[in-house]
Amino acid sequence: MGSITLEQVCKSFGEVEVIPGVDLQIEDGEFVVFVGPSGCGKSTLLRLIAGLEDVTSGRIVIDGQDVTVAPPSRRKLAMVFQSYALYPHMSVRKNIAFPLKMAGLSADEQERRVQHAAGILNLTDYLDRRPGQLSGGQRQRVAIGRAIVREPSAFLFDEPLSNLDAALRVNMRVEISELHKKLATTMIYVTHDQVEAMTMADKIVVLRAGRIEQVGSPLELYRRPANRFVAGFIGSPNMNFLEGEAAARLGAHAIGVRPEHFRLSMSEGAFAGRVGVAEHLGSDTFLHVDLDDGTHVVARAEGEFPASHGDRIHLTPQDGRLYRFDQNGSAL
Amino acid sequence: MATRHQKTLARLMVSPSVLLLLGWMIVPLAMTLWFSFQSYNLLSPGMEQFIGWTNYQYFLSDPAFWTAMRNTLLLVGGVLVITVGGGIALALLLDQPMFGQGVVRILVIAPFFIMPTVSALVWKNMFMNPVNGLFAWFAKAVGAQPIDFLAQYPLMSIILIVSWQWLPFATLILLTALQSLDSEQMEAAEMDGAGTLAKFTHLVLPHLSRAITVVILIETIFLLSVFAEILVTTNGGPGYQSTNLTYLVYSQALLQFDVGGASAGGIIAVILANIVAIFLMRMIGKTLE
Repeated sequence: MGSITLEQVCKSFGEVEVIPGVDLQIEDGEFVVFVGPSGCGKSTLLRLIAGLEDVTSGRIVIDGQDVTVAPPSRRKLAMVFQSYALYPHMSVRKNIAFPLKMAGLSADEQERRVQHAAGILNLTDYLDRRPGQLSGGQRQRVAIGRAIVREPSAFLFDEPLSNLDAALRVNMRVEISELHKKLATTMIYVTHDQVEAMTMADKIVVLRAGRIEQVGSPLELYRRPANRFVAGFIGSPNMNFLEGEAAARLGAHAIGVRPEHFRLSMSEGAFAGRVGVAEHLGSDTFLHVDLDDGTHVVARAEGEFPASHGDRIHLTPQDGRLYRFDQNGSAL
Repeated sequence: MATRHQKTLARLMVSPSVLLLLGWMIVPLAMTLWFSFQSYNLLSPGMEQFIGWTNYQYFLSDPAFWTAMRNTLLLVGGVLVITVGGGIALALLLDQPMFGQGVVRILVIAPFFIMPTVSALVWKNMFMNPVNGLFAWFAKAVGAQPIDFLAQYPLMSIILIVSWQWLPFATLILLTALQSLDSEQMEAAEMDGAGTLAKFTHLVLPHLSRAITVVILIETIFLLSVFAEILVTTNGGPGYQSTNLTYLVYSQALLQFDVGGASAGGIIAVILANIVAIFLMRMIGKTLE
């Protein structure tokens, strides 16, 4: 079991308040992603849950037990670090068996669990190698193996894919998602990459400056962002924001339209502008458009759209796909 | 060195320094070898003659030689144990965040800057002296009989003095090695349930093994030839109790004026040092790779 509850968790480093007070409920078996720009406190929040940092005030409850002051080893959590943090002088087998050895399990039981974990992660052929002899993706799997042998109540991932190249990152993303389906254990995953958040999460927690901006499923956040920050952060390419007259006409300080929610036309539409850069990917076409009022927007057309640099183009937001925000950035 | 042309050029460029160093080493060695086969005593000048292996026979059959051998090994071994052990402990302490870290670190490193003769004299007169020394004062303060360190435990006293000099060196190298230990590894071990001791034996010690190797290698080279500390404190005595090989060669040459015998001793010391070096490199080569 692995339900985790945070109650008014605060963290200050000296004078600097990094997390001013967070309430969060994580259900057993959920895949929760903390996402936000760098420096938003998402890693700190994860380290608070892990017990690697002490909370300044507030309570952390895991499975009904108050673990606010418990050392990391007592919390029954396993963590995968950004640098993998493998022990360089130990073989893969010894790395994976290390937590079991520390727990005082018999050699037979250690070997059985290591073999099981290696089977799940396709590491059986590499058990006698040192971490230095492995590729990035394999090291990543060893780090995950070291986490799963302990059969923890929850896994914590601290930006685990940021050291991998793009192709491998996509593979590992799928592997981690599959692992979650297989193990059905609570996972908390920290990333600054909204694509990882959208593809993997059951529940996304968007953080900014230590505060939770919004919590919800990926599509909830996509469809109903609570404010301008979440709207701009979720979705790729980012949402376009228009201010001034166009927004005032709709009774808002700013309006937002996602690139994929524009209808494009060469002859007529709500907004007109000139195409700056046209990116033709085959499956999609991304047009960077400078509107007549000076605003820069990105529009996505499906398939091949015949527009090139300098063309005049007209954009119309699709019905019901337009977001309105007030002065403070909250959604109307 | 990619091409043959570059290789030749590189050899040409380093050759002056190689030749200079080689000459610097080969001339004294050749002269020592030459003297070691001569009957050459400073008290009877002009009587030099070739006498074959006799010098070696006399030096090796001298009972002082085996005592000196034993003392040399005890001195090197004892100092290594104390400096490596103490160095690890001090490095661990100095690695902790504390008030006045910079000043404390400089204080710890200070003994390394003091020349051997001075530090040995300070120890001899201010600490170990049975009348005026600090240790004697402590002993008298608790009503005990002061110990005359240099007379009763001469070799141990010298080991202590030399260790005090070399402890900063070991501490410094081990501290820098300790600071390069990845903090995420320590955190991972903490998450894995490792206690302080387990973290030390499974993470810190293996991480330090390379630095420990370097400390042992460098210290051994210098400790085989400890001399000044012995000269200014015990003069190798009482008897031969604190005479090491270096000091024995010195006494042969400059107290008994037997240059031939001393040269033979010097050559034997060179051979022994090389044997030690071979063993060390074998043992240590694995960790250095």
